[in-house]
Amino acid sequence: MTRSLALVAHEFRYCQKVFWRNPGSVFFTVLFPVVLLLIFATIFGNEPIDSLGGLTTERYYVPAIVTLAVISATFTSLGMNVTIAREAGLLKRGRGTPQPAWVFIAGRVGNSIVVSVIMVVVVTAIGAVLFGAPVPWSTLPLVAVTLVVGASAFSTLGLAVTALIPSREAAPAIVNLITLPLFFLSGVFIPENEIPEGVLSASSIFPVREFFQAFLASFDPAADGPGFPWLSLVAVAAWGLLGLLLAIRYFRWEPRR
Amino acid sequence: MTPVIAAAGVVKDFEQVRALDGLDLMVEPGEIFAVLGPNGAGKTTLLGILEGYLSRDDGAVEVLGVDPASAGSSWRQRIGIVLQETSLEPLLTVRESLELYAGYYRTPRPVDEVIEMVGLEDSAQVRAGRLSGGQQRRLDVGIAMVGNPDLLFLDEPTTGFDPSARRNAWEMIAGLRELGTTVLLTTHYMEEAATLADRVAIVVGGAVAAEGKPAALAEGLPTRIVFRVPDVVDPASIPIQSDFIVRDGILTVSIETTDPTTDLESLIAWARSNGHSLDGLEVKTPSLEDVYMELVG
Repeated sequence: MTRSLALVAHEFRYCQKVFWRNPGSVFFTVLFPVVLLLIFATIFGNEPIDSLGGLTTERYYVPAIVTLAVISATFTSLGMNVTIAREAGLLKRGRGTPQPAWVFIAGRVGNSIVVSVIMVVVVTAIGAVLFGAPVPWSTLPLVAVTLVVGASAFSTLGLAVTALIPSREAAPAIVNLITLPLFFLSGVFIPENEIPEGVLSASSIFPVREFFQAFLASFDPAADGPGFPWLSLVAVAAWGLLGLLLAIRYFRWEPRR
Repeated sequence: MTPVIAAAGVVKDFEQVRALDGLDLMVEPGEIFAVLGPNGAGKTTLLGILEGYLSRDDGAVEVLGVDPASAGSSWRQRIGIVLQETSLEPLLTVRESLELYAGYYRTPRPVDEVIEMVGLEDSAQVRAGRLSGGQQRRLDVGIAMVGNPDLLFLDEPTTGFDPSARRNAWEMIAGLRELGTTVLLTTHYMEEAATLADRVAIVVGGAVAAEGKPAALAEGLPTRIVFRVPDVVDPASIPIQSDFIVRDGILTVSIETTDPTTDLESLIAWARSNGHSLDGLEVKTPSLEDVYMELVG
């Protein structure tokens, strides 16, 4: 047990080094969400959204960008970086060492979850300082539960999607083709009062919308009516389970060459 | 001594193609063993099976006394693998890469020792992505050695190297012999096998076509005598059965012989009595390459 934990910690440490040294990771996962928060809050201004109990757009974008940042740190980042490692032969090489396979995965998922936590803190802090968005102290447990469930679910989906990606060149295209439309349709990029009701409910089939709903409610309890949308969180968890099963079934360790 | 690798009658099919067709192989402790063969002969498939990456369709395999198909983590503590394609994390330095892999093993070799062994002392703080191709391959080998393996697999370790980088790599691999590590390497450079290997197996069509010490393999093949004379010389006057080419007024004569001493004697007597000089006279003993061409060509 102690040995396993030490192995995961060792793997995690080097995943962190690699992550922070990769300009692409740092830009798209860390800087990009912050830039989007500033742009969206500026463009859409401080308008109240009636359907969300008068929540202003500036505050609306805090949980929206938190959602985006967590998905970038997990699904997008794992989908791209694990594919690149696979195509570079690093996963195959790892399989030839005594290191258990699950430790490789745990180190990378651990890295994604830690980056997610950092991003939630950063985005919340910027929202509070620049837009006066309240820090959700009283609902912190709900934020934490949403974060852990969502980050885990989008991590397994990110591992599963690598099976769909044939080469390192195809990785960004495939991953973004999946996430970008869902960000638009789920109200992450555009305030949801601007999106037709039918589109919103259709996008609820996918986990991005449900994950956002859970964050929205945990950041602004008044916004989504009474009570926390536990069903949304259950839906996210179910997607995570599906991702896990697909990853177990289809994940490849060897490059396609 | 129990062999480090014992493979008998190994068969592997990829869909309709038979990659290995009843291959036998025996590698003894401490030897450097080279597997030679043309592209597609089954070298990499063989390595994949011995390393535990691929299943086999028939035959028996034991590597370090264990069947690789069902071997676990304690077996992997004892082997090192260098894949055909260099596989490094470009954003980690040489030292960090070695430290990362050292952490996977119970009794790793000290990282500094490995850096010295692969000659990367001056690049220890350089990221792998910024190393030259030859240096990257050295790091590749270093990573495979950091777990202190009993057996090291090297799949075409010097393909694509310039001659000086290749010589450096050979020195490094020859150095492993002193450590007592058994090395199984594949290559399609004859010189590499002849320089490094204690024994060689030539794989053709998924089976071993010839096996032995590089020098012993060539025994029995004819020696070749080559020389040039002006084309006014009548080839029919040469006292020994020979092949010849005429170009630019010069007759190049090539003789295959199993008795070079006697044949040289009669050639020199013939040249003396006719007033010819044997320009560019060469006596070539059979090499591994001749054996290879005999089997593959």
